[in-house]
Amino acid sequence: MAKTLTQEFTKGLWEEIAPFRLVLGLCPVLGVTTTVENGIGMGLATTFVLVFSNILVASLRNIIPAKVRIACFIIIIATFVVVTELLMQAFTYPLFLKLGVFIPLIVVNCIVLGRAEAFAYKNNITLSIADGLGIGIGFTLSLAALGALRELFGANNLTIWTTPTSVFGVQQVFGANFEPFTFMVQAPGAFVCLGLMLCVMNLMGSK
Amino acid sequence: MVVVLTVLSALSGGLLSGLRNATASKIEVQQLKFVKGPAIKEILKGASNDPIADRFALKDGEMERKFFVGKFDGKVNTVVLESSGKGYGGDVGLMVAVNMENDQIVGVGVTTHSETPGLGATAKDDPGFVSQFKGKPINETYKVTNDGGKINAMSGATITSRAVCSAASNAGMIYKKLKPQLEEKLKEFK
Repeated sequence: MAKTLTQEFTKGLWEEIAPFRLVLGLCPVLGVTTTVENGIGMGLATTFVLVFSNILVASLRNIIPAKVRIACFIIIIATFVVVTELLMQAFTYPLFLKLGVFIPLIVVNCIVLGRAEAFAYKNNITLSIADGLGIGIGFTLSLAALGALRELFGANNLTIWTTPTSVFGVQQVFGANFEPFTFMVQAPGAFVCLGLMLCVMNLMGSK
Repeated sequence: MVVVLTVLSALSGGLLSGLRNATASKIEVQQLKFVKGPAIKEILKGASNDPIADRFALKDGEMERKFFVGKFDGKVNTVVLESSGKGYGGDVGLMVAVNMENDQIVGVGVTTHSETPGLGATAKDDPGFVSQFKGKPINETYKVTNDGGKINAMSGATITSRAVCSAASNAGMIYKKLKPQLEEKLKEFK
């Protein structure tokens, strides 16, 4: 059953959207989504790693021996994670400071290894790029959605992107009198929000 | 099998070291701007010059060390050293400002670290902890009270406190070794 390029790309956006449909890669989902900005940054970093590791795994799939494939995948993924880390330090240092330890943790994100093992090792480069982009963008959107929910209720703000001089986004969405639920930006709030979003996704899925 | 693994590892190592070299200077500028800069400004509060702009480097054996200069009451008498100690999750970077006239610590500030959020990471914003170093002589070996020293450790972060202490002691050693050169250099800033 040969799927088209578009199908491979779009499946990651809805049908197999990683955190909500497959409940995978929850460490960053719970850890960094205190603001939309963090969510988007983390999602983009993961997408970058995902696409490049998919490309490399797909192009080397005939050379990598099956016995040591996991070790090879980890080398490839770890390399791109360190590349991401260095580039982020060089160009988006404030974001790097906020995401901190979660950037190196992309190495053990099961979405990345999962796509390498389940998809890129069995498919050609073009399909793997589409798959990586789709899953990555889906992951970014999920993180941004969860971040938006938590930031909106937890801090009464929506920040899309901050530069040292200005902030793109809306401050005090509900007005100055709104008392934020600080619970939402703390760790337990992450679980509650994720649970609610899973619930909504399941309701929409079950017909 | 062995060949593939070896080649892959070698390629990845080569790529990373290349990239590291390429981004090193850029990363340093960013750290100076976002982490070290604010820390230096904090410990040199009241200085009449811009310590970030007035910086110089000295050779210490193989290594090149960077120093920042502070000007108080019209006199260039304070120098900021960079040093580090082994913490729980890697090196803890410390900035130590020393008054060259009486060899006393003007202030210290934690810069780069990878300590546990909520525990060791509080070293960065806990004024009570770092202010213990203020006014103490630089040529001293610092220890936390648990190890028989005088510095009260932060609760839940003994290892980080030890790292800061060893970084401060380390700074003392660097200072002792380079003092003549530092005095020479400071004259240029008058």
